[in-house]
Amino acid sequence: MTKNTPNLPPHQDLQVQNQYAYDEIPSDLFVKAPLDHRKSEEIGTPAVSFWKEAFQRLIKNRGAMISLILLVSLIVLALIGPGMNEFSYREQNLTHSNLPPKIEGLEWVGFNGLNSQGVDQYAERDVQINYWFGTDEFGRDLWTRVWRGTQISLFIALVAAALDLVIGVIYGGISSFYGGRIDNVMQRIIEILMGIPNLIVIILFILVLEPGITSIILAMVITGWVGMARVVRGQVLQLKGQEFVLASRTLGASNPRLISKHLLPNVMGPIIVTVMFTIPTAIFFEAFLSFIGLGLQAPLASLGVLIEDGYKSMRYFPYKLIFPALVISIIMISFNLLGDGLRDALDPKMRK
Amino acid sequence: MTNTILTVEDLHVAFKTQHGKLTAVRGVNFELKKGETLAIVGESGSGKSVTAKSIMQLLPKATTEVTKGDIHYNGESLLKMSKNQITDLRGSEISMVFQDPMTSLNPTMKVGKQIMEGVQRHERLTKAQARERALDMLKLVGIPQAESRLDNYPHQFSGGMRQRVVIALALACNPKVLIADEPTTALDVTIQAQILELMKDLQKKTDTAIILITHDLGVVANMADRVAVMYGGKIVEQGTLDEIFYSPKHPYTLGLLRSMPKLNEDRGQPLMPIAGSPPNLATLGEGCAFAARCPHTMAVCHTYTPRDTVSETGHSVACWLQDSRVSKEVDKTELVESGNSST
Amino acid sequence: MTRYLLQRIGFMLITLFIIVTATFFLMQLLPGTPFTNPEKLTDSQLTILNAKYGLDQPVAMQYIQYIGNLLQGDLGYSFQHEGRTVTSMISGRIGPSAFIGLQALVIGAIMGLLLGIVSALKHNSILDYGSVTLAVLGMSIPSFVFAALLQYYVGVKLGWLPVALWEGYSSTLLPSIALSVTVTATVARFIRSEMLEVIGQDYIITARAKGLKENQVMVKHVIRNALIPVVTMLGPLAVSIMTGTLVIEKIFAVPGLGEQFTLSILVLDYSVIMGITIFYSALFIFVVFVVDIIYSLLDPRINYKGGAA
Ligand SMILES: Nc1ncnc2c1ncn2[C@@H]1O[C@H](COP(=O)(O)OP(=O)(O)OP(=O)(O)O)[C@@H](O)[C@H]1O
Ligand code: SF4
Ligand SMILES: [Mg+2]
Repeated sequence: MTKNTPNLPPHQDLQVQNQYAYDEIPSDLFVKAPLDHRKSEEIGTPAVSFWKEAFQRLIKNRGAMISLILLVSLIVLALIGPGMNEFSYREQNLTHSNLPPKIEGLEWVGFNGLNSQGVDQYAERDVQINYWFGTDEFGRDLWTRVWRGTQISLFIALVAAALDLVIGVIYGGISSFYGGRIDNVMQRIIEILMGIPNLIVIILFILVLEPGITSIILAMVITGWVGMARVVRGQVLQLKGQEFVLASRTLGASNPRLISKHLLPNVMGPIIVTVMFTIPTAIFFEAFLSFIGLGLQAPLASLGVLIEDGYKSMRYFPYKLIFPALVISIIMISFNLLGDGLRDALDPKMRK
Repeated sequence: MTNTILTVEDLHVAFKTQHGKLTAVRGVNFELKKGETLAIVGESGSGKSVTAKSIMQLLPKATTEVTKGDIHYNGESLLKMSKNQITDLRGSEISMVFQDPMTSLNPTMKVGKQIMEGVQRHERLTKAQARERALDMLKLVGIPQAESRLDNYPHQFSGGMRQRVVIALALACNPKVLIADEPTTALDVTIQAQILELMKDLQKKTDTAIILITHDLGVVANMADRVAVMYGGKIVEQGTLDEIFYSPKHPYTLGLLRSMPKLNEDRGQPLMPIAGSPPNLATLGEGCAFAARCPHTMAVCHTYTPRDTVSETGHSVACWLQDSRVSKEVDKTELVESGNSST
Repeated sequence: MTRYLLQRIGFMLITLFIIVTATFFLMQLLPGTPFTNPEKLTDSQLTILNAKYGLDQPVAMQYIQYIGNLLQGDLGYSFQHEGRTVTSMISGRIGPSAFIGLQALVIGAIMGLLLGIVSALKHNSILDYGSVTLAVLGMSIPSFVFAALLQYYVGVKLGWLPVALWEGYSSTLLPSIALSVTVTATVARFIRSEMLEVIGQDYIITARAKGLKENQVMVKHVIRNALIPVVTMLGPLAVSIMTGTLVIEKIFAVPGLGEQFTLSILVLDYSVIMGITIFYSALFIFVVFVVDIIYSLLDPRINYKGGAA
C-alpha cells in the first residue's frame, strides 16, 4: 500500500502523536539550519590523551595513592632520618647497649623505654638521651640504622631494577624487532634461564663474588632481566603487526628510528608496570640473602641485615625486629599496590 | 492484539561508567508478533545489543539500570519478574544467538554437553533423552556426523559450524522468541547465506518469532517482515520491509539505504556513506540525535527531540520533517528527491 | 604426543646439563678452600685431602669425572662431613622439607581458592576488598618476616605451638603456615583475576541465556574454567616454597634440605651446595614439565604441538 502512496507532503498522511508542549514550538524554527562544522567537532568525543586518562585513573585509585604517599615519606625518612639525631650507623657505645625505644610524648604507644620485664632501662642505667627506635647490642642507634638500611635496600633495588630495565629492553627489543633466527636463538637462551630457579643462581653468584652491595646487585640482575625482556618482546611483537608501524615503515623510517619513535612509547606502560614489580622483588631478595647470611658485611646494614639481627634477639628485644620488619613490609606493600594501580591505570584490560 | 508476543515500551537503559551515567538506550518502542521476523538495524553503538540484552536481562546488574519503560512477554512484565522467573524463561521461551560463534561457546565443555545442559535445565529429561535431543538438534541445524560431533569441543568446529551449534543450543527447547544479535557478522559471505537460510527454514518449522539484529541491509531484505532502524539509542523509523525500503521517511534511513552497496550497484549510482560519526551518547541532550549529520537539519532539530509520527499501517518516524509546520521551501523538494533515488 | 614428550624431555636434559656445567665452573671460582680450618692443616695433610677428593686433577678431568658420577646418581662426598655422600645427605633431609612443603601447598591452595573465589563472586563488595587486602599483605610481607612474627607471637607469647623444635606433627604446623602465606596470596589473586576474566567472556552470557541458574553458571562454567590455569601456578609456587624453605627451616629448626643448604653455604661445603643446587633445579624443571602435561590434559584447546588450537 505504501508503495503506491503518492509523495504528498508527509504530514497529510501521517497522524501526529501529540504529547505535550508540542504545539508550542514556534513554527519559525522549522527552517533549515545545519550544524556548522566547528560545532559538530565539539560534540565529538573529547580527545583525552592516553597518558592523561591513565593518570586520572591512577589518581582515583585510593590504594595506589596512599602507597605513593607512604613511599615518598619513607624515601624522605630514609634520606633525612640518619641525620635527624647525632648518632651514626656504625658508632658503638657499649654502655648504651640494648636500650628499648623511647620517645618523649609517645610513651603511651610503647616508646616508653621499658624492657620486656617492664623496667625503665633509661632510668636504671641513667641514660639521659632518648633512642627513638632503641639500640642494638653494641649500643648503635637503631633509628639511624633502620633509615640507613632503608636507604641501602632501596638503592640496591633501584639499581637492580634499572639494570634489568636496560638489559631487558635492549634484549627484548632486538629479539622481537629483528625476529627470525636471531629471535629464535635469543628465545632459547631465555628459555634455559627460565628453567633455573633464579634464587639458586643468585646464591651461587654471591658465593663467587663475595657478599657486598655490588655483588648483590649483579647477582640479581643476572636472572632479573629475563622477565623484562619477555614483556618487551611480547609487546613489540604485538605492536609490530599494527598499522601505524607498517605505515611508517613504508614511509621509509629506519629501524632504530622506528624503535625509538613508535615502539618505545607504546611499550612504556607494561615496562613501567614491570619495573614497579621488580623493585619489591629485589628488596625481598636482598633481605632474603641477608637473612641466610649472604648479605652485607657489618657495620653496613640493610633492612635484611637488621631483620636478621633483630630476629636473633627477638625473644628479649622484640623491638629490634619490629621496626625493620615494619619498614620492609610497608615498602613491599606500597610497591605492590602502586604496581597494581599503575597496571590498572595503564591498561584496564591487562589484569593478571 | 492477541498475537503480539513481546512488547518493548519506552525502554531507557543507562550504564554507570567511569565518566558518569551513560544512557545507551533512550526510549525504544516495538512489538513482536508470533512467528514474524523483526530486523533491528543501525550502525555500531546505536544500542541494538543493549536493547536485546535488556530483554533477557543479560546486562551486568551492577552497572546497568533500566531507568524507564517496560518489557512485556505474553502480557507479563519481564522487568517485574523475579530472578527465578526470568531464568525459567531464558532458553525455554526466549533464546539468544550471539555475534561471535568463536567466543560464545564454552571452550572446555563438549558441545553436546552444552546443549544438554540447557535442555535439562528446562525439561525433565534423563541424560539419555537430553543427549538424544542434542543429537536431533545438531542434525536439524545440518551438522554432518552429528553423533560423533556431540563429543567434540568447540575448537574442533569451523566458525560456521559453531554458529550452527549455537543456533541448535538456542532452539533446543523450542523457544517462542529467538533474538539473533548479528548472527552472521563474524562469518564469511557464503557461510552467512547458509546460516540465514537455516534460520529461515527453522523458523518455518517451529514458528519462532525472530528479532534479527544486523548492520547489513542485504540480510534485512532477505529475512525481515518488519524493520526497525536505530540511531543514537532510539528507533528512528519502523515499518514493514516495504515501507522502510521503498518509502523511507527518516533521513537516516535514507542514508543507510544509499550506503548499501547492492541497491546502488543495481542502479549504477555511486556509493554514498553517511558523513560524520555516530553521536557521543554521553553528551547527547535534547534535540534530534542525527542533527549533526542530517542533510535536512532545521533549527528545531537542535533543541527539540522529534516524536514518533505513526501512520495507520504502523509506519512510525521520529523526524521533524513530518511536522506540519515545516516551511514550504524546506519540505519535500530534497526529501522527495532523495526518497525517489531509492524508490 | 610421543614426539612432543621426547622433545620436551630432550630440552629438559639440555637445560639440566647447562645448569650442572655452570654450577661446576662457578664452584671452581669460589674463594677459599673447601676444607674447614685449612690453616690448621699441614701442607701434606692438604695434599692428601686434595688427592682424596680428586682436587689435584686438572679442572677438565674433575668435570668429566663429576658428570660421569652424576649420571650414576653420585654427587660426590661432603667436604665437611667425613665420609658422607652428598646423595645420602640430600635423601636424609628431603622428608621434612617435602612434608612441610606439601602441607603448605595444600593449606595455601585451599585458603587461596576460598579467598579468591569468594572475592570474585562478591566482586567489589567488602568481602572482596577484605580478601584482596589479605592477598596483598600475603604477597608483600616477606615469608621470613611473617615466620619470625608467627614464632614470636604464636610460639613464644602464646605458647600454643612448639617453636624451633622438630618433634611430632604439631611442630610442622608453624613452618607450614608460614610457608603457605605466599601460596595463599598468589593463588587467591590468580583465581580471582581468572574468574573475573571468565565472567566477562561471551560464553558466560550464552550460559546465562540458556537459563542456567546463577550458581550453575558459576560452578560449571566460571569456576571450572578458572581452575584449569591455576595448575600453571604450580611451577612458580614450587619455587616460592623452595625459596621459603631455605629461611623457614632455619627459623623453625626443621632438619630439612633448606636448612642443610644454608648451613653448607655458611661453611662453604662445595659439593653439598652443588648437589642441592642441581637437585633443586632438576626438581623445578620436572615440576614445570609435569604441570605442562597436566595443563594440556585439562584444557582441550591445547594440543601437543605446544600452542592453542
Ligand atoms: N556494559 C556496558 N557498560 C557501559 N557501556 C556499554 C555497555 N554495553 C554497551 N555499552 C555502550 O552502549 C552503547 C550501545 O552499545 P550496543 O552494544 O548496544 O551497540 P550496538 O548497536 O549493538 O553496536 P554493534 O553494532 O557494534 O554491536 C555503546 O556506546 C556502548 O559503548
Ligand atoms: S529531526 Fe531534523 S535533524 Fe533529525 S532527522 Fe529529522 S530533519 Fe534531520
Ligand atoms: Mg551489538
